[in-house]
Amino acid sequence: MRRFALIAVPYAWLLALFLVPFLIVFKISLSDTAIAIPPYTPTLDISGGWAAIKGFLSELDFENFVWLTEDDLYWKAYLSSVRIALISTILTLLVGYPIAYAMARAAPEWRPTLLMLVILPFWTSFLIRVYAWMGILSNEGLLNAFLLWTGLISEPLTILNTNAAVYIGIVYTYLPFMILPIYSALEKMDDSLLEAAEDLGCSRMEAFWLVTIPLSKQGIIAGCFLVFIPVVGEFVIPSLLGGSGTLMIGKVLFEEFFNNRDWPVASAVAVILLLILIIPIILFQRNEQKAREAEG
Amino acid sequence: MAEPVFAPWADPNEKPLIQFKGVTKRFGDFVAIDNLTQDIFAQEFFALLGPSGCGKTTMMRMLAGFETPTEGQILIAGQDMAGVPPNKRAVNMMFQSYALFPHLSVAENIAFGLKREGMPKGNIDDRVKEMLRLTRLERFAQRKPHQISGGQRQRVALARSLAKAPKLLLLDEPLGALDAKLRQQTQFELMDIQEKTGTTFVIVTHDQEEAMTVASRVAVMDEGRIMQVATPAEIYEQPNSVYVADFIGDVNIIEGTATPEGKGYDVAWAEGQRPFHAETDKSFSKDQRCFLAMRPEKVAISTDEPEARNRVQGKIIDIAYLGNLSTYHVELPGGTMMKAQTANTRRLSRRALTWEDQVWLSWTDTAAVMLEG
Amino acid sequence: MKRFSAFNAVSLTLGFAFLYLPMLILVIYSFNSSKLVTVWAGFSTRWYGELLQNEAFLDAAWVTIRVAVVSSTIATVLGTMAALVLVRAGRFAGRTLFSGMIYAPLVMPEVITGLSLLLLFIGIGLDRGVLTIILAHTTFSMCYVSVVVSSRLVSFDRSLEEAALDLGCTPFQAFRLVTLPIIAPAVISGWLLAFTLSLDDLVIASFTAGPSATTLPIKIFSAVRLGVSPEINALSTIMIGIVTVGVITASLISKRATLRQQAEEQAAIRA
Repeated sequence: MRRFALIAVPYAWLLALFLVPFLIVFKISLSDTAIAIPPYTPTLDISGGWAAIKGFLSELDFENFVWLTEDDLYWKAYLSSVRIALISTILTLLVGYPIAYAMARAAPEWRPTLLMLVILPFWTSFLIRVYAWMGILSNEGLLNAFLLWTGLISEPLTILNTNAAVYIGIVYTYLPFMILPIYSALEKMDDSLLEAAEDLGCSRMEAFWLVTIPLSKQGIIAGCFLVFIPVVGEFVIPSLLGGSGTLMIGKVLFEEFFNNRDWPVASAVAVILLLILIIPIILFQRNEQKAREAEG
Repeated sequence: MAEPVFAPWADPNEKPLIQFKGVTKRFGDFVAIDNLTQDIFAQEFFALLGPSGCGKTTMMRMLAGFETPTEGQILIAGQDMAGVPPNKRAVNMMFQSYALFPHLSVAENIAFGLKREGMPKGNIDDRVKEMLRLTRLERFAQRKPHQISGGQRQRVALARSLAKAPKLLLLDEPLGALDAKLRQQTQFELMDIQEKTGTTFVIVTHDQEEAMTVASRVAVMDEGRIMQVATPAEIYEQPNSVYVADFIGDVNIIEGTATPEGKGYDVAWAEGQRPFHAETDKSFSKDQRCFLAMRPEKVAISTDEPEARNRVQGKIIDIAYLGNLSTYHVELPGGTMMKAQTANTRRLSRRALTWEDQVWLSWTDTAAVMLEG
Repeated sequence: MKRFSAFNAVSLTLGFAFLYLPMLILVIYSFNSSKLVTVWAGFSTRWYGELLQNEAFLDAAWVTIRVAVVSSTIATVLGTMAALVLVRAGRFAGRTLFSGMIYAPLVMPEVITGLSLLLLFIGIGLDRGVLTIILAHTTFSMCYVSVVVSSRLVSFDRSLEEAALDLGCTPFQAFRLVTLPIIAPAVISGWLLAFTLSLDDLVIASFTAGPSATTLPIKIFSAVRLGVSPEINALSTIMIGIVTVGVITASLISKRATLRQQAEEQAAIRA
């Protein structure tokens, strides 16, 4: 009895506020836009009985999805989201790995402090961290002022409101997600493995490629997924740092919903976004499970 | 005046405290306990001995109520325990990990079970004091578990499980975490406390020496079955199977065929060799396959041919010097290896035997136990 | 001994400079007296004064804090229950769906979570306001709480609970008297995580907030969309300050607590 209550309460909550809402999204994605409240048709009236349900089902169709494929705005936005997410994941890895590596090699008494310094920004408002770059990257911003002062450039560079600014923003905000799993993989590594590799004839560089990298593979994969998955649906960064040329699906969805009030299309956009993310999500879960099995 | 021997199991009128009746426990396909029937009597110190995975811990956890039998019945004091949850059983357990509550002090740990009983505060304090005295922990009452040593923690765990004065105390590898010296000392403390409190103890252990030291009876288990239940001396001197003989202590096992002769049998063990003779109550048919089990300390070693009926010549292959004892590994004709043990009562330099020496091994007619398998 | 090279030192220095310089600049410029955010015109606290006069911001901040306190508290209760289910309940019908629903919100894009909850609230005719934000925040932060708590529960020695049962506790007493005190640090950090997630959230709140209730991130977002403003700099500085002090204190306290806890538990388990 007690066990039943323990399971039932969180279960019911998640069903009602996670699964059901998602089913609603799915259902509305199959509906048609209408100038009404709510702005879509058909609406289900269960009091009408089975006939009403059947009539309701017969009016659902995949029109919105067809429309998404016809309007090139959408598939360009999906493609561009995935491309931006891929490129920024690689950039974050390139920036994050040396930091994680250095942290793992730092003296043990320093590591907790370094770890806290990496985690601290994570507790700070995401919005503020993105906002901080707006002042730096603008035409009159500090970065341009600095570059002009050094004489490297003679005219301010346009960085804000371009994809470059989006990349900077993503690398900046998602860096801790990359550093932490790599660090925890590297920290567990026994240094005598490197010595053994060198003893067996590797150069330091070879030892790094043949021992360190494979042993931190699990962490690299986890970090990459932790960056890639949320970035695909990112909204804040492209809205604040990106320009009109920055197409990202999270932003499109937001605007479709609030500015165009086209709920069925917004829902269809959401369903496809989820379909795109399901593969990396499953791969990520597999990787985590493998890591757990390797540990346990 | 001799004390009466404590042997309730030999008295048919004695009612057992614990009865396992045809108990089987399966975890999926794995059979942990296989149709087991066994009685345990009040005030016994009963040891379950066996390798890991033999089912001894499962037996104990079924007594505590953490596992339920798949088939069969467990009775405690005549009452069927099916459906009785752990917190409603007059049984307490001392956990292998001790499972001391880290957020409570030593005294609070001991008082924990008493508080659940709803005992008045004054009585709890008295009982806790008594338990602290019994386990010599008075000075550590206010410490947290991590502030005391391993041996002290072990005693807190014991005090906590004894505080409720259970009819039956279960001890799961109680000394496993202690070092060898402390373990020996604690074994005697355990026996002392068991005697003082008159509680029935059931102990699970994989350490045969521990089981032999503390227990009134030892049950040797293997693969969910009890192989033999007997007093430590019987288990050692009269094992009923090769498994038990081999599991307890060091033993020489020699395979052969039996021929009746006198009060026992002659056992032919190798082509062209004189058979060994062993006296036994058991009966074997002629030419039946059998095993001789001989403890190495019962095998004498000498350079001159002894007069004993059981004697055989061999070559010393190895000598293990253990300080107080030496064990000689002797190769018999046909390649059979046999161990002989002697006490080192003389200085090392005075002993004559060394590697490659031809020596005689000998033993009495009653030294070897005849086993069927 | 690990080899810490010059390359390592450079990576660390550059890395932490990258992480902290932007925020440092933000803090410095919040004390700039000029309205032009890129030109330094002398030290001033004028923007802080103006911020404190701004009722809209103060109202939003108040809503945000209320939402965060309530939602993180409910999320902690539900998340802890969910963690117990995940780690302890063994098999039951629909277990896969349950663990899926726990892990999915962690990776679900916020726009989808927000959109789906909004459509639900409209569907059942619930007016958008503080309540709907609380429901939304509770739902996604309970998943984070349950991940944090279940990772602690996995390493929890079950024999402690069995000992409590053995000594006469009912299962609920065993949880209250033994399990809960021991996993308390994880539960508290779960609460803190839920609280910060709620404070930070922009996207889900944008979907679920109504005209009657606006949270601080929504206010900040609509302000910064128009560009950099010194008032927002001041507000950001205050928030960074609170978080920094909070995290450092919390980590000092919890470091001490977990060290002690670990020592206690390990000592209790091993000899």
